[in-house]
Amino acid sequence: MVLIRRFEERTEEQYTRARIGGYCHLAIGEEAATVGAVDPLGDHDYLFASYRDHGTALAVGSDPGAVMAELFGKAAGVAGGYGGSMHLLDVERRFLGGWGIVGGQLPIAAGAALALDYTGSDGAVLCQFGDGATNTGAFHEALNLAAVWNLPIIFQITNNLYGMGTSVAMASGETELWKRAAAYEMHGERVDGNDVLAVHEATTRLLTMARRDRRPSLLETCTYRWRGHSVADAGKVYRSADEIAEWRTRDPIARFEHQAIEAGTLDVGDVSELRREVDATVTEAIKFAAAAATPTVANLYDNVYGDPGTAAQFARMDTAGPFGERRETRGWRT
Amino acid sequence: MAIKTYLQAISDGLREEMRRDDRVFVIGEDVGVYGGAFKVTQGFQAEFGPWRVLDAPLAETAIVGACTGASMMGLRPVAEMQFADFISCAWDHLTTVAAKQHYRTGTALPFVVRCPSGGGFSGGPFHSQNPESSFAHIPGLKIVCPATPEDAKGLLVEAIRDPNPVLYFEHKHLYRRIKGEVPETDYTTPFGQARVHRAGSDVTIVTWGAMVYTAEEAATTVAERDGTSVEIIDLRTIIPWDREAVLASVARTSRLIVLHEDTRTGGFGAEIAATVAEEGFGLLDAPVVRVAAPDTPVPFSPPLEKAFIPQVADVVRAIERMAAY
Ligand SMILES: Cc1ncc(C[n+]2csc(CCOP(=O)(O)OP(=O)(O)O)c2C)c(N)n1
Ligand SMILES: [Mg+2]
Repeated sequence: MVLIRRFEERTEEQYTRARIGGYCHLAIGEEAATVGAVDPLGDHDYLFASYRDHGTALAVGSDPGAVMAELFGKAAGVAGGYGGSMHLLDVERRFLGGWGIVGGQLPIAAGAALALDYTGSDGAVLCQFGDGATNTGAFHEALNLAAVWNLPIIFQITNNLYGMGTSVAMASGETELWKRAAAYEMHGERVDGNDVLAVHEATTRLLTMARRDRRPSLLETCTYRWRGHSVADAGKVYRSADEIAEWRTRDPIARFEHQAIEAGTLDVGDVSELRREVDATVTEAIKFAAAAATPTVANLYDNVYGDPGTAAQFARMDTAGPFGERRETRGWRT
Repeated sequence: MAIKTYLQAISDGLREEMRRDDRVFVIGEDVGVYGGAFKVTQGFQAEFGPWRVLDAPLAETAIVGACTGASMMGLRPVAEMQFADFISCAWDHLTTVAAKQHYRTGTALPFVVRCPSGGGFSGGPFHSQNPESSFAHIPGLKIVCPATPEDAKGLLVEAIRDPNPVLYFEHKHLYRRIKGEVPETDYTTPFGQARVHRAGSDVTIVTWGAMVYTAEEAATTVAERDGTSVEIIDLRTIIPWDREAVLASVARTSRLIVLHEDTRTGGFGAEIAATVAEEGFGLLDAPVVRVAAPDTPVPFSPPLEKAFIPQVADVVRAIERMAAY
């Protein structure tokens, strides 16, 4: 959680210094909802996330340098610089990606759960998305599929009260989002998304339910994003300063620190040591990303199709105009 | 006339039409309280109230479907997609239902879907596309791609008054960068009438949207270098599109380049090239050339994105080679 917080703060700084381009969405304040749900995942479980995915990538253990390099658009990035901030992934760690089309990942995650079922795996799928995503048609279609086919999946709503500038109250007929599970006779529940232990406990339990009982579930983790929707949004037009201040007092990191120190599993010295380590890790990640090479234009076509032959054919078509002007200006090879 | 940005011109066109016609209302994600993803509808809710500036749930299918239903009842909704890319979520409603409604039943569907399109800011594969050509293939939809502030306003008002579903592609890269004179009067820019952006005699470039300015820079470069005279035709609308203007220009220059930011294969440039081959073969002194994006998704990384989007140098190269004929 400390790593995510620091990574996001420094990402914001790098974005304002124009070292990161495009759109950049930070998850500061939402660390517990992410970490508490990702941590219980086992070696056979798979993960899907929303586009607000930096924290998810770090939570699964992706290399912070490779994540930062992706934000910088570098070849050493987790998606080779092709996807950017909203499309992180780490296939080795079974994190199948952040998804830029809101709600788009839900049916995909259901399909992954179907595949686990089909192949007799004992794994399950965790699919994370925001409150906004619950209003897409894909939400209904995916949950219904999971219910009728008894798929091993947890649908996790990270309810931070807003989808961009639209509040849950304005956008959702039923504002207690976990209750929507009832429409599918699916298990639903709501936990405090700023309490990492509560999220951890619930996810662990629901994973067992998915793996052992083949029962899907809907888990609502209630939290708050401290920053604007993206770095370009100050986040103040649609919510009050009081509301933001109030939520900042419920800092998930401070809360866990307190819990752990009370329980005697951490002491104050450990905490400051950890912060120092994290600072160094993030600084290192930025250095790595800044120094890394940009992707080569010659490879632009390589991954469009799964078979190299088709990719090469398209690349040839592009340079095959009467003047072959692209080949000349770009030096592309086919 | 006042100098306005492209974005202000869109906003003005919409606001003025809402003042003139009660049937016009706005529907979209974050168009009200937030003022729109790109702030096109900033201040609208204060002026028109929450029922004419509707903050919709995150549900493109429902937004476009609701436009179909409301326009069927005689209203004139204007929907906003936050990014043109998300219109794919409403594909079925647009192409299966809305596009065929009048043909099937004779019911007019006077609605507009505003689609902020185009790349150039590292938006990555889902926030940078130019999907106009996909919809150009669907009979029943009209497709508008303004390049100037004056046209942005005039074409939007025309789109709202048009009895058909109109997809209005506003290029994000023009929003604040392009400024120009915009009449304050109630005017419309008719569909299907191209605009000569720059007159010339050696080579014609047919294009639309942000590529008009890429063509312009290329034309200036070659004019200064060796006096090559390039004519730029801004189509303004691609359905319907102005064949006569294109053929007339080719009759003057005998050379045609079609330039678009969308990908090459099956892009609307292919339609233009084929039409000129069919109807204007005798006018040509050189093969028609397309300058377009390569057949890949839009990459995120800045150098890759630059290689993807047609650049001034690409157009200059095409002009130089054409001049050899
Ligand atoms: C299909 C689709 N529509 C609209 C958007 C634009 N958009 C990106 S994020 C967002 C709000 C998402 O809200 P929520 O699901 O609550 O996630 P949060 O931002 O709170 O993490 C919107 C409208 C999008 N990316 N995809
Ligand atoms: Mg949200």
